[in-house]
Amino acid sequence: MASLRGLVPDTTPTPAVLQISAWRRLKDQMATAFAVSTVVIVLTPLVAIFGYLVFKGIGSVNLAFLTQIPKPPGEVGGGMANAIGGSILILAIASLLGVPLGIGAGIYLAEYGRNRFGDTIRFVSDVLNGVPSIVIGIVAYAIVVLRQKHFSALAGGVALSIMMVPTITRTTEEMLLLVPNVLREAAYGLGVSRWRTTLSIVLRTATSGIITGVMLAFARVAGETAPLLFTAFGNQYWNWKLYQPTAALPLQIFTYAISPYDDWHRQAWAGALVLIVLIVSAVSAVRYVVRRGTLGGVA
Amino acid sequence: MGVGIQVENVNAWYGKSQALHDINLKIEANHATALIGPSGCGKSTFIRCLNRMHETTPDARVEGRVKIGDLDAYNGTSPTQLRRRIGMVFQKPNPFPTMSIYDNVAAGLKLNGYRDRKNLDEIVEGSLKSSALWEEVKDTIHKKSGASLSGGQQQRLCIARALAVAPEVLLMDEPCSALDPISTGKIEELIFELKAQYTIVIVTHNMQQAARVAEYTGFFLLGRLIEYDKTEKIFTNPSDKRTEDYITGRFG
Amino acid sequence: MANHALPQPRLKGPQPVVGQEVKKRLNPLVKSSDGVYADRVFGWLILACALVVLGILALIVWQLLERSQPSWHAFGWKFFGAQDWDPVNDQYGALPFIYGTLVSSLLSLIIAIPLAVGVAVFTTEMCPKWLRGPLSFTTELLAAIPSVIYGLWAIFVLVPILRNYVQPFLAKTLGWTGLFSGPPYGIGMLAAGIILAIMIIPIISSITREVLSVVPQHQREAALALGATRWEMIRIAVLRNARAGIVGGVILGLGRALGETMAVTMVIGNRPEIAKSLFAPGYTMASVLANEFSEAAGDLYLSALVEIGLALFLVTIIVNALARFMVWSVTRGQPARARA
Repeated sequence: MASLRGLVPDTTPTPAVLQISAWRRLKDQMATAFAVSTVVIVLTPLVAIFGYLVFKGIGSVNLAFLTQIPKPPGEVGGGMANAIGGSILILAIASLLGVPLGIGAGIYLAEYGRNRFGDTIRFVSDVLNGVPSIVIGIVAYAIVVLRQKHFSALAGGVALSIMMVPTITRTTEEMLLLVPNVLREAAYGLGVSRWRTTLSIVLRTATSGIITGVMLAFARVAGETAPLLFTAFGNQYWNWKLYQPTAALPLQIFTYAISPYDDWHRQAWAGALVLIVLIVSAVSAVRYVVRRGTLGGVA
Repeated sequence: MGVGIQVENVNAWYGKSQALHDINLKIEANHATALIGPSGCGKSTFIRCLNRMHETTPDARVEGRVKIGDLDAYNGTSPTQLRRRIGMVFQKPNPFPTMSIYDNVAAGLKLNGYRDRKNLDEIVEGSLKSSALWEEVKDTIHKKSGASLSGGQQQRLCIARALAVAPEVLLMDEPCSALDPISTGKIEELIFELKAQYTIVIVTHNMQQAARVAEYTGFFLLGRLIEYDKTEKIFTNPSDKRTEDYITGRFG
Repeated sequence: MANHALPQPRLKGPQPVVGQEVKKRLNPLVKSSDGVYADRVFGWLILACALVVLGILALIVWQLLERSQPSWHAFGWKFFGAQDWDPVNDQYGALPFIYGTLVSSLLSLIIAIPLAVGVAVFTTEMCPKWLRGPLSFTTELLAAIPSVIYGLWAIFVLVPILRNYVQPFLAKTLGWTGLFSGPPYGIGMLAAGIILAIMIIPIISSITREVLSVVPQHQREAALALGATRWEMIRIAVLRNARAGIVGGVILGLGRALGETMAVTMVIGNRPEIAKSLFAPGYTMASVLANEFSEAAGDLYLSALVEIGLALFLVTIIVNALARFMVWSVTRGQPARARA
């Protein structure tokens, strides 16, 4: 308790006004109790969710689940192999589109954009970050699906790439700004041209940090369902084609969860477990790298 | 072989504020010239005008004429080409942290498109020998990163890196201010030896260093060149009272 | 004027030798190119990337505006006031969804704010040092869980608990308010509010933690030195200072809640009706898009949905911009950390 009473020898009678009343002390204890209880309440669903995922899912994550495609509705068995594959395909498309774009925009903001125009881009990037994923799905639908007259992996990839860009842009900019200016000067002093300096020195030095940002963005979109609902749409079978509807892990989990079949519920838990393991590994790896401070040797 | 530098009516600005006023100077080839003066007097700005580094600062501007040997630095060539003929060593050693010692030294060549691998080994070794670092690192030039060396070694690495492109002029902006006395001594010895092949301009806060190392010294104050003469004269018999005040430690 | 107090120059080392045979090395880079052309191309490429970012936002706005035209022309402002959502007869009113979005979000805020602020206060002010890292890690973990997994858990764990225990209890004790009446389905507005609250707690908590930690230590010490209890110190010196930032964090959480789709869709019941009771099923703007967009046949139907998307887009942008402004005004533009 933070009061001076214990420190000052009690030779003079303490005026009533300076005493910490029982009521004040009670309030302090109640506040502490409240804060602790909020922590418990907040952690409970976390523990519960992970617990249930493991409890309900672990039994079903077997070889069959990971290698087979779904059986017709109502039948027992089958797996989510095509959904896992589909997710990989869609994420690959999204990364191909979103990563170079995000890094390029980040380079612009860090190296060329310390001005009003750069501030505008920064602002727009933040705005994009807050757009609901379902709205981005609508836009991807409008520009890809409507044009091609069918759902496709490409549309799903486009939607997810739009979601990756703001995160990658911001982290790239931050990491590039961390590179000490003296390194740029050293390169210029050697007569290295600006583009070469930016790529071979600045970008090179910030590489770990940028990879961190990319993985963060990747982990975020890997679990997204809403933008895929009417872009990739889902598929019962394997699909590796760009222009056909494709299954995706989060999408499959959703479909199974709201279905009336018990076996599909079981598989939904299994799929969720697989998904969460992948995401948590990515996030933990990122945190580990950041904690160790391995930002490419930046002093 | 070094070349002489001719500076005519150079003025420089950072945005609206003028940092250099009407500098006129002739720097002797194959000699070491020291530039001294209190903090903020413009000596660093000046040497950055010589290799057009000043203009890399946003809103910075230079007017006047600088001739490096026969070459007009501002009108006769691009900044990039100019900087390949002038080497620069900075106050704080700045080796590239993601590169090995070998790659650091070769950076000026490799990043500029130099492809000849056989010669590269020779050049790297030669440069490291010129900067008195070869003996200490010769077994680890491919394995150790540039940033893993001590401060004095890093600065010698930066010198080797600057020498690898065979510049004619070597600019040094307070190269020893971040180093311990032993490393400082080693680098001063280095400058003695390098004088034979390069023209050296060294900015220093340390008057004793200027006296030890340079044949000519220029004294800067508030963006103007107050006096420029043989070092011996500046330190024993300066013509301008302000120079004498600075040297005797009355200010700065 | 000779002055012997001045330091004597040493100049004892090797002096420059003129005329001696010096090994001359030709500058190896004499022939290599300048890079001016490449610099320009690179600059344009990078600028193009930045412009594409602008373009993406413009694209979103353009597509939403364009595709919602038919609905706008058909219904005008009445679209947002009408209650009828009738695809069969091509009558579209978005009020049930707006109502559902607002109520579920507000409910989630009411639940989330005290919890999130409590966790943040505990983490920054009361927590023993060794616990701080793991605690913040676990809250960040909550933020990393995908929406669909929240929904999955909500359907099979949360809803039965609500149906069997919580809702009957609430009906018995607070049923007189009218907020807890009707059959306890389990799914409905209450479930949506609760799962949303769980999802936005990490955001509010993390921003609150940030603004609390920015409060200078001497403010805390001043309060303690005056004899305040720890809670009083927190209330006076910390929370008061960080108020604007906390509100900003709350608004950011609101922004997230407004746009949240999957978990809500899975538990809200998906019925476009306006009801007073929290037990009743409802529908949010994001949910109707999730459920009906892929099957929408007919131009007017689709454009009505797009118009809802447009409304959602505008609302979340305004809310997020407001939130960021408030957080910025407290932390004064310290770089935002990338959030998972």
